[in-house]
Amino acid sequence: MVSLSHPGRLRRAPENFLDDAQVRAVQSGRRDFLRQALVAAGAAASTGALAQATGEKLILEPQPHATTLGQPVAATGYGMPSKYERNLMRRESPGLTRVSAASVAFSPLQGMFGIITASGLHFERHHQGWHDLDPSQHRLMVNGSDETLLKRPSVFTIDDLMRMPAVSRMHFIECGANTGMEWGNVAVPTVQYTHGMLSCSEFTGVRLRDVLDFCGADYRKGRYVLAEGGDGSGLTRTIPMELVESGEVLLAYGMNGEMLRPENGYPLRLVVPGVQGVSWVKWLRRIEVGDQPYGAREEVMHYIDMMPDGTHRQYTSIQECKSVITSPSGGQTLLDRGFYNITGLAWSGRGKIRRVDVSVDGGRNWRTATLQTPVLSKCLTRFSLPWVWNGEAAILQSRAVDSTGYVQPQMRQLRAVRGTRSIYHNNAIQSWKVAPGGEVSNVQI
Amino acid sequence: MCRSDVAAAVALALACTLSHAGPGTGKAPTWPGIGRPATPAEIRAWDIDVRPDFKGLPRGQGSVARGQDIWESKCASCHGVFGESNEVFTPIVGGTTRKDVQTGRVEALAKGTEAQRTTMMKLSTLSTLWDYIHRAMPWNNPRTLGVDDTYAVTAYILNLAEILPGDFVLSDRNIREVQALLPNRDGKSPRHGLWLPTGKPDVRNVACMRNCAPDVKIASSLPDHARGSHGNLADQDRNRGGLRGQVTAASATAAARGGEFAAVKELTGKAACLGCHGVDRKIVGPGFNQVSEKYRAKDNAEAYLAGKIKAGGQGIWGQVPMPPSVTISDADAALLARWILKGTPE
Repeated sequence: MVSLSHPGRLRRAPENFLDDAQVRAVQSGRRDFLRQALVAAGAAASTGALAQATGEKLILEPQPHATTLGQPVAATGYGMPSKYERNLMRRESPGLTRVSAASVAFSPLQGMFGIITASGLHFERHHQGWHDLDPSQHRLMVNGSDETLLKRPSVFTIDDLMRMPAVSRMHFIECGANTGMEWGNVAVPTVQYTHGMLSCSEFTGVRLRDVLDFCGADYRKGRYVLAEGGDGSGLTRTIPMELVESGEVLLAYGMNGEMLRPENGYPLRLVVPGVQGVSWVKWLRRIEVGDQPYGAREEVMHYIDMMPDGTHRQYTSIQECKSVITSPSGGQTLLDRGFYNITGLAWSGRGKIRRVDVSVDGGRNWRTATLQTPVLSKCLTRFSLPWVWNGEAAILQSRAVDSTGYVQPQMRQLRAVRGTRSIYHNNAIQSWKVAPGGEVSNVQI
Repeated sequence: MCRSDVAAAVALALACTLSHAGPGTGKAPTWPGIGRPATPAEIRAWDIDVRPDFKGLPRGQGSVARGQDIWESKCASCHGVFGESNEVFTPIVGGTTRKDVQTGRVEALAKGTEAQRTTMMKLSTLSTLWDYIHRAMPWNNPRTLGVDDTYAVTAYILNLAEILPGDFVLSDRNIREVQALLPNRDGKSPRHGLWLPTGKPDVRNVACMRNCAPDVKIASSLPDHARGSHGNLADQDRNRGGLRGQVTAASATAAARGGEFAAVKELTGKAACLGCHGVDRKIVGPGFNQVSEKYRAKDNAEAYLAGKIKAGGQGIWGQVPMPPSVTISDADAALLARWILKGTPE
């Protein structure tokens, strides 16, 4: 008799003995069918019948790719993912926005490894569509809101910027509205839609501080910087000078070893580590030093946090400590009982991730996960925890702690302070329910 | 600063031109050959931001009546004739009262009585509205409204919101008085810890490890009828390893590839057609089914519709004009016309 409940026992992956139709049956939720298949296959294995038979064709017989000539080098000058990876794409959330040029495409976190987002899967958020700008025709202007705030108003070409001393740094970028659909209740099925306005890249560029020094900014009076985009929306955001003075804010042209992608601001964007994505102004055309915040449209109409008393918090910017389990996650099905590597991402706009705890019982008990290196400030950190699923209902959660000691809050704690009508800055602990059938779904407790 | 020695003066001028970093700047990096001074005309062309204290606001004026004319030709197609439309963007007016104009706080925000937050419910600084119209409107043809036009459209919106009378002329001279009438002018707070990394968090959890939550109840989950709301999740996962995406809808993979009209989805997205036209229903403009029915039997229907797509129009389906689509090529306009005439096939 096969023991299905023996914890810690490693089982063969089901595709070893389930054909495609059978796997599809599991995906469709017909698990009774799988149980029978498991028992039959297990019984066969235990008598040795399968092992002693001929074996798998793909091992016993030469395969076409091993018996024919493959494609030449540079068949595709810019390499693309395998055709078998087409499922992992940026996707819109149906019904979230009505105009696709002012919309969001979410990153498929459920299928991503490590901490770096493939540049083609970086989330997109545009306010007035994107363009592929000719870098030779792009300019960056740096000026003051009047002549007393900056001595030398200047114009730089991309050539100029690429001649300056450069740094490369890995940082996460998260939209302030990430997880915003979940303030009131569960609204979307998968981690792509709950948390997919999140990406992480190595950015290369010039420290804004160096350029402001070069232009003679008055840091005593000029306590704010306005960043302005070159797209139709001319998007503007105010950046506090403290962030610029820290040396972290970059005028970036590089992303993951190549130039920025057009959707991500080619040829120049602002990088403001720890701050929500809207401040990372794309197609950056102008920096202005000023002595007051600018009350831009994205600081007065949007990216404001509605509080229970009807006031809006303005200039909310920092992405506080947050984490999410990406596997297993909502919309997936566990094929079998047994061993799984629970893994996910943690990040904080205030510093490094110090620790991540994982619960499989809805937050009653927690175990500390392993953090994979590197663990960098204002960068995604990958965590993992081994887990043996015994076939019973479970609720998976992760809870991150950052270097300031701040602990990622529960949804009810956030709601107690900020209510349920906000859109922005939801960094609550995410819960994924695992049903006895293996289906994983998005829940709130 | 320059001596009479001509050679030295030329050398110094050259050095100034190359670095334009004058003496005595201390910590400024020395990057000879990088950058050049911005000219006053260039700064005027790009430095168009207007701050809440109205620094940067150019002189000018515009009447409510002039604003109405501009509104109906350039704004109403997306925002509705009265700024009330919820079809393409969220409404601009609605949800504010005369009492709010007096108090400076929108009561409906506190009470939660409005289903949506309109522009006028949230707007706290008039500079923001002026700046945004001037820099980014109309949405598909930004920066084509002049200074006086911007004053006029701003005045008309405030008239629609019953803040300004119909005979008002908004200008740089009276805009501060109008600021003092905004219904939500006192509705914003900068007092929170989310502005700087050193700010104090407002929510505090503790990292309990054992027996933390004795009573775990599921308070919210996705209803069954929403199971397919995001398409077939099995098509959105790698489907390798011990996990598979759930089958939640028919697979869209086959339908999405190939065919004469494969490029249509991208095109309609690029031109933002579907904001105003439903495939099978009227939104602001006619549904594609209605257009097809009207024209499919006519001669040269494809060329006629392609021309309409490019040039825009007004009067055939109503008084709300369709703006021209400047980013669509002739070939793409013809493809869209063919697709509409054939009944928008998948």
